[in-house]
Amino acid sequence: MHIPSYLMKSGGFMSRYIFKRLIISLLTVWILVTAVFLLIRVLPGDPFTSEKMTPEIKANMMKYYGFDRPLYEQYGKYIMNLLKGDLGNSLKYHNMRVNDIIAQTFPYSADLGIRALLFALIAGLCLGINAALKMGKFWDYFCITLAIIGVSVPDFILGSLLQYVFALQLKWFPVARWLGFKYTILPVFGLSLYTVALITRLIRVSMLDVINQDYITTAEAKGLSTFQIIWRHQIRNAILPIVTVMGPITAAVLTGTFVIEMIFAVPGMGKFYVQGIHDLDYSLILGMTVFYGVFLVAANFIVDIIYGFVDPRIRITGK
Amino acid sequence: MSRLIEINDLEVGFKTYGGEVQAVRGVSFYIEQGECIAVVGESGCGKSVTAKALLKLIPEPPGKIKSGSILFEGNDIIAYSKKQMQQIRGAEVSMIFQDPMTSLNPTMLIERQIGEVIAKHQKASRKQVYDRVIEIMKLVGIPNPEKRIKQYPHEFSGGMRQRVMIAIAMACNPKLLIADEPTTALDVTIQAQILELMKGLQEKFSTSIMLITHDLGVVASMAQRVLVFYAGKIVESSDVNEVFNNPKHPYTVGLLKSMPTLGIANKEMLATIDGTPPDLFKSPVGCSFMPRCEKAMRICKMAEPPMLDINETHQAACWLNHEKAPRYN
Repeated sequence: MHIPSYLMKSGGFMSRYIFKRLIISLLTVWILVTAVFLLIRVLPGDPFTSEKMTPEIKANMMKYYGFDRPLYEQYGKYIMNLLKGDLGNSLKYHNMRVNDIIAQTFPYSADLGIRALLFALIAGLCLGINAALKMGKFWDYFCITLAIIGVSVPDFILGSLLQYVFALQLKWFPVARWLGFKYTILPVFGLSLYTVALITRLIRVSMLDVINQDYITTAEAKGLSTFQIIWRHQIRNAILPIVTVMGPITAAVLTGTFVIEMIFAVPGMGKFYVQGIHDLDYSLILGMTVFYGVFLVAANFIVDIIYGFVDPRIRITGK
Repeated sequence: MSRLIEINDLEVGFKTYGGEVQAVRGVSFYIEQGECIAVVGESGCGKSVTAKALLKLIPEPPGKIKSGSILFEGNDIIAYSKKQMQQIRGAEVSMIFQDPMTSLNPTMLIERQIGEVIAKHQKASRKQVYDRVIEIMKLVGIPNPEKRIKQYPHEFSGGMRQRVMIAIAMACNPKLLIADEPTTALDVTIQAQILELMKGLQEKFSTSIMLITHDLGVVASMAQRVLVFYAGKIVESSDVNEVFNNPKHPYTVGLLKSMPTLGIANKEMLATIDGTPPDLFKSPVGCSFMPRCEKAMRICKMAEPPMLDINETHQAACWLNHEKAPRYN
């Protein structure tokens, strides 16, 4: 029987899957921009309220930045600029474009975030796998206890505690600032402990689930060693659920940076973001939110695609 | 023929919260080289546990091989270390399982899943392993092996997956193949194909097969000898012809009666064995089948029947076969 060749191609599913994800991601960003744009206007006050400000100057300022125009016009203009990649000027830091502020501070935040994420992944996987392999023994309880502490202690308490114990009392690490490797240890640890705990618990449960699967018995019946079974058959399958939560985890780590950056005086975006909200610096808040939003949506998008590669079943069904 | 594997008085228990379950209570049998024995019995009678015990695949804890010996080619493997068992599994004795949908690793290429057992037990280069995988896939009747080798289990149908399982099991030419209900999860037409394949492989490589099944039709077409399990014990052991034509244990008789036959009248009920098997938290006194047995005698309640010889190849554990028992026809 003759079968036309286009029917025999296996491709197409994956590209359709990626395309679908892309559309959803763009929509998410658009909704985010619109929501934040409207929400900051609802906040009481305006960016120029201060004791020295006279009504005339204020009116001038409003006019200068275009805040006297109707809201839909402002929104239209903002979106047009956004499409060109222009986030506008900061209202408080005069003569500074939001783009420049982000360009200056983001590398520090990213540095901290990536270190924390890597540390969380490695430490979480090690602890969780270890706990699962030693189920019901000392190591298991140790890791679980650690995980519960990690989830329940908020980062501002953890950060101060780390500073007090390891910097002030023991003097192992500097208290704050970001000047070299030694300076990174405490902030990275403070930022990642929650995620370490989360990953530990997830991977432990997932490992225990996989060990009861039939294909592990098959692997045993093949005569593979315990190490080979764990490494080739158990871990790969146990990691799948971790890949799914990597998007939200990235979000947690990145937003966690605000507090940790403040505590450890890291010159990242956190300080500007928090200060921007204090000052009602519309364009700075909006710009940073959009930047973070795009960043997180992109992270989720990448995770989705990676998941397709790690789990071959997703690739074909393309749902 | 020589005995490939001989099991003597095997006992396996499982510790649970409710107490210890005696899953296998003193089972003895042997498998000769190149023969196929069938193990039949209802769910929970200890068939699968016995099979797993032969490879020491009983998870410990909660399970434990409590006593007995398993002589594989004359060596007692109960005493074997983990390392020594790994040398045997997959190479000398291999196993296929009931559900091919869950028995293959979903995230590993078929090539690797078949190849890793070869790489483990034979000194072979990558190329040799690849060639061997292709060869074995052809042997078990997977069409287009050069393409299929690069696929994942979810791209295979149930029957094809069971062929992959057989390929994994046969990859190192084992002396004994344990098949734990290999066709139960497959539909009937595929069942026939898989059985045909196993039979062909057995003849070609003179592999011994221990076939666990519920299906007496499968028994008739595959096996030379049959072991009937009930409540963790062997209650009848015999030639396949004898089992069907001259069953000597009421349980075996009941099993045969409960088989549907062609031409069964429209409203006629299928025969069943009333009751349920005993729970094995404590070993029953007397014959474990007594409460369900139509022909139970006084002695059945008091003493457990030993395996009584009917003839050289046929034994049954039922007092009815004792010389002083009344005769039924």
